[in-house]
Amino acid sequence: MIHSLFLVNSSGDIFLEKHWKSVVSRSVCDYFFEAQERATEPENVPPVIPTPHHYLISVLRHRIYFVAVIQSEVPPLFVIEFLHRVVDTFQDYFGVCTEAAIKDNVVVVYELLEEMLDNGFPLATESNILKELIKPPTILRTMVNTITGSTNVGEQLPTGQLSVVPWRRTGVKYTNNEAYFDVVEEIDVIIDKSGSTITAEIQGVIDACVKLTGMPDLTLSFMNPRLLDDVSFHPCVRFKRWEAERILSFIPPDGNFRLLSYHVSSQNGYPVGYRSLVAIPVYVKHNITFREGSSQGRFDLTLGPKQTMGKGVEAVLVSSQLPRGVLNANLSASQGTYTFDPVTKMLTWDVGKINPQKLPSLKGSMSLQAGASKPDENPSINIQFKIQQMAISGLKVNRLDMYGEKYKPFKGIKYMTKAGKFQVRT
Amino acid sequence: MLDSNKDSLKLEAMKRIVAMIARGKNTSDLFPAVVKNVACKNIEVKKLVYVYLVRYAEEQQDLALLSISTFQRGLKDPNQLIRASALRVLSSIRVTIIVPIMMLAIKEAASDMSPYVRKTAAHAIPKLYSLDPEQKDQLIEVIEKLLADKTTLVAGSVVMAFEEVCPERIDLIHKNYRKLCNLLVDVEEWGQVVIINMLTRYARTQFLNPNLNECLLEEGGESTFYGSDADQDEDEDEDKKDEALSKRKPYVMDPDHRLLLRNTKPLLQSRNAAVVMAVAQLYFHLAPKAEVGVIAKALVRLLRSHSEVQYVVLQNVATMTIKRRGMFEPYLKSFYIRSTDPTQIKVLKLEVLTNLASETNISTILREFQTYIKSMDKDFVAATIQAIGRCATHIGEVRDTCLNGLVQLLSNRDELVVAESVVVIKKLLQMQPEKHSDIIKHMAKLTDNIQVPMARASILWLIGEYCEHVPKIAPDVLRKMAKTFTNEEDIVKLQIINLAAKLYLTNSKQTKLLTQYVLNLAKYDQNYDIRDRARFIRQLIVPTDKCGALSKYAKKLILALKPAPILESPFKDRDHFQLGSLSHLLNTKAGGYQELPDWPQDAPDPSVRNVEVKESVRAVGTVPEWTKCSSREKRKEKKVEKPFYSDSEGESGPTESADSESDSASSSASGSEQSGSGSEESEESEERSDSDEEEEEEEEEYMSLDVLMGPTPSPQVTPVGNFLSSSLVTDLEGLSLTDTVLSPATISPSGSLKSYELLHRITGEGLWVEYCFSRQPFLPDPHMVAVQIQFTNSAATEAKSLRLEEAKLQSGMRVKEFPEIEVLPAGESATVVMGVDFCDSTQAANLQLCTHSRKFFVSIQPPVGELMTPSFMTENEFKKEQGK
Repeated sequence: MIHSLFLVNSSGDIFLEKHWKSVVSRSVCDYFFEAQERATEPENVPPVIPTPHHYLISVLRHRIYFVAVIQSEVPPLFVIEFLHRVVDTFQDYFGVCTEAAIKDNVVVVYELLEEMLDNGFPLATESNILKELIKPPTILRTMVNTITGSTNVGEQLPTGQLSVVPWRRTGVKYTNNEAYFDVVEEIDVIIDKSGSTITAEIQGVIDACVKLTGMPDLTLSFMNPRLLDDVSFHPCVRFKRWEAERILSFIPPDGNFRLLSYHVSSQNGYPVGYRSLVAIPVYVKHNITFREGSSQGRFDLTLGPKQTMGKGVEAVLVSSQLPRGVLNANLSASQGTYTFDPVTKMLTWDVGKINPQKLPSLKGSMSLQAGASKPDENPSINIQFKIQQMAISGLKVNRLDMYGEKYKPFKGIKYMTKAGKFQVRT
Repeated sequence: MLDSNKDSLKLEAMKRIVAMIARGKNTSDLFPAVVKNVACKNIEVKKLVYVYLVRYAEEQQDLALLSISTFQRGLKDPNQLIRASALRVLSSIRVTIIVPIMMLAIKEAASDMSPYVRKTAAHAIPKLYSLDPEQKDQLIEVIEKLLADKTTLVAGSVVMAFEEVCPERIDLIHKNYRKLCNLLVDVEEWGQVVIINMLTRYARTQFLNPNLNECLLEEGGESTFYGSDADQDEDEDEDKKDEALSKRKPYVMDPDHRLLLRNTKPLLQSRNAAVVMAVAQLYFHLAPKAEVGVIAKALVRLLRSHSEVQYVVLQNVATMTIKRRGMFEPYLKSFYIRSTDPTQIKVLKLEVLTNLASETNISTILREFQTYIKSMDKDFVAATIQAIGRCATHIGEVRDTCLNGLVQLLSNRDELVVAESVVVIKKLLQMQPEKHSDIIKHMAKLTDNIQVPMARASILWLIGEYCEHVPKIAPDVLRKMAKTFTNEEDIVKLQIINLAAKLYLTNSKQTKLLTQYVLNLAKYDQNYDIRDRARFIRQLIVPTDKCGALSKYAKKLILALKPAPILESPFKDRDHFQLGSLSHLLNTKAGGYQELPDWPQDAPDPSVRNVEVKESVRAVGTVPEWTKCSSREKRKEKKVEKPFYSDSEGESGPTESADSESDSASSSASGSEQSGSGSEESEESEERSDSDEEEEEEEEEYMSLDVLMGPTPSPQVTPVGNFLSSSLVTDLEGLSLTDTVLSPATISPSGSLKSYELLHRITGEGLWVEYCFSRQPFLPDPHMVAVQIQFTNSAATEAKSLRLEEAKLQSGMRVKEFPEIEVLPAGESATVVMGVDFCDSTQAANLQLCTHSRKFFVSIQPPVGELMTPSFMTENEFKKEQGK
């Protein structure tokens, strides 16, 4: 399946290569570079590139291209998904997945890749198993290793590989038994010029951090499971239970994992034009105009909270790609700071927290290229924000129970709402 | 450093070497020094040496051989990890000389005790095959053996090997089909993808097309995918469907086909996009039309994922929307485009939106398109304009609106936008030129401004084609173009020649000289195409002595009515590739692509999927089954949805993976059938037995999960219901079978039941006692489980007064003893039934077995899955329960 893997950095150097079958010359990447040159933006490189003898499937993460070389038919998603899993593993191991981190840990990377694929077919991709095979590098361990000469390769076959619960290792021990669940919801909205919502969707995930001794069997129930329109589970969740009772029952993996991702739909299934059920927590008043003939444009933007159930809107960040003709923007912000990059024409405004009494606004003028005609498009505004302690869909966890172990764990649940792809067309 | 005695130094050296390999540096000259360390004790050094070895063995074959003996030793190691890793490295060394050694190792490992080693063996198969394809036959044997393996660990890898080595040997799958279907949920995700793809192909060869009736029609109504005709077509569908139904014999889905669909459906919730996609394509290719809809939601969910995933998913959705538009219509808004999407995603979303357009939603879609046209991304704007054009061609009502909108775009400042609109307008106008001569005039004026060659060429073509609508302007345009002829691009030049020729034929008075001039210019052009064209046109239109015959027809040739182009989706014909495959994405056949076969005309024999072991066992339940088969025809229509196992109840379970479970399924199902055989209305009894079977299945699935989870008592499943969901149990309790089941005949030992030894013949001094769980209701007490005990007296003397005495029973447990056997002559055997209430636990019942002379302490251990409560319910009740 996967023949070789090349890691290419943003300047176009191959800084790591790994072959699982016979060696493929790195000249195969020339086809990739060609495609890269043709694409204007880095994310516009087609994920699948056919070459005379091979196919190149690539993903771009953290400004590194992971280019897999394929020789014969294989579902492309299979490879893409695997490559993403590789990146996730690196991130898990090294904290960040940068060129420097990979170069520093090249041996661990090599060992990982060796374990993850055998002859191009995925072998062990569960991070719990990998961590038993190859211990992640920590400062302490590196010191100990250099002194004692011991290794960071596990001596034993991870039990998970063989057991029926492949995602959990046996013999886990903690002094403090804790289980934390983060309900994080992202709201995707497109709002049109007149302020009406075109689409609104909520995507949520439940990320868990479970540090429990032994083999606990957890059940998690919701107050309002009906909200969840479409769900996908970590493999540990017993699907039948969910189908029958809408209860999440699972033996958790050790450590951090994504238990569930879900989708709350507002409009799908309703006739077109139906009012959205999603409460949009922020409103935007905007007035961006360019006048024909003059080299000035007006820019006026005000943000305000709405339907936030009393919770504050934090970490607000507004960004907008202004038209190419804009030379500079001379604005004043009532709150926060703004920057305008004259090269990329990107305007970003770091608002911070919205104070409902005094709404933040950004006003001023834009100077246009002299003589250029008025740009015919208005920029769209992207907004990011966070709301703590609230799940915008109203999803609530009812209770978490543990079976199979005697001790009493500490349980915690946190809610958060974030803007996903929150876009206002002007 | 490598020669040092210290492991830490060696390790440091190996690390540096590996780092060099990673950077692509050649380190092959170190080979001898590295190979020496292959036997090193330090596990990390060893691993790195392996990495090195695998990388360079091909280049240094002779030296690599030195290391082989180490691996051979490793293959015999008691530690499974070492055995597996030795096999892994050994098979990764691409040296032809060691093929026989590898073959031997694989064969041995294939029958290894550890599933992990067997998995490695499965991985090694394609490696060996790529090294030496001549080993194929032997490898197929190994694959066949491994396919029969019941562990989930092995399943994915072996199917992978199967796909690489012998994808054409579909016959190997037959026997394992049901097992694979049932194991699927528990296989690791990568294996799932491979298995699902393989099963899709398999199902295409083995089952009938569930959409047979609709398919017949599709041939007739190929062009009616798009809006305007769809409704009408559906009406037709209805009509013809009835016809087709009467003509063809009604379709009944093969139970195995249903099994596959049912078992893959939960995987749509997988977190792995590849798995979701695999299931989606399976449903798209295999499921009846009415059921395909379920995949839409899952696919839309994937659109939230990384952009590469989106890219692939959208490609597939685009193909699906052409065939099944209705499926994604409710999710229209999920395909709306954000300005932050990469261009390639935008274009694909646009494609999907265009495919989804119909009369009902066209206004919303066009409004969206209007916003897109203002985008800064010009490639995307161009694509939008084309999309508008396509909507306009397919949906008649909005054609004028679109056309007007496009004409407005002609005054856009951006040249690319204008050019694209011209091209699209040209195509639209071709459909009804009469009405729109003013647009043509407008466009003629544009020739002065537009510089994009394609657009200029389109305008010229339009004017030429419809010169009779614009008789005044056309010659003028030609005049202008003749002036600039030499500076034009090639395609524009060609169109100028065309225009000249057409004008010459319709309006020769005004344009004769102009045409001559243009043709003369073209004669000396650099491009030979243009010279050729000029020569050809001149001969054709200018009458000379030599070629009289052809020039007569010149008018007909050049001014022939041209059919309007059909603007088609580039995804239209992609569905002949298996969705989700690389070939589909590229729209060309990738190497190693396995064609998705067409549905067979007649279903191949379904019995090939039966597993023999069970065949002999099922003697008990055969009688009622025949009646079932005979009356099956009658019920086909109303029971299409319902799976029933024509002659194979037993195999539906996870087959031998849990012997006791699947046995229980077969025998209890047959038991219930027997109960039905007594009653008069065979129809009803069948219904019941059918439903019982289904119930068994449900239970099994449930149980297999529970068994896998180990003995952790999951909270809401009471132990007695280890196999029944608790709600079912409460409902079932107290009910009992009414028929005369406990006739002696049914108790007679059937081979299907697993016997456990109660008393060994040596400890029992010749008396040999076995017990098994007969899975019959124990009539005297519904809470008790029937245990069938068989005494065999193999001693020389007769045994007397065999009876049980209660010894240390756990609290709550009760035993109903069997009547005392007074005499058991030598060499004979006797069978009795006793009842034990295990009190919903799997604790053993410790009893005392007494003969006239001795006492033995024995214990009856109930295995999980043998504790059952008899139940009787009507079909309706069952359905109700099932729906819970």
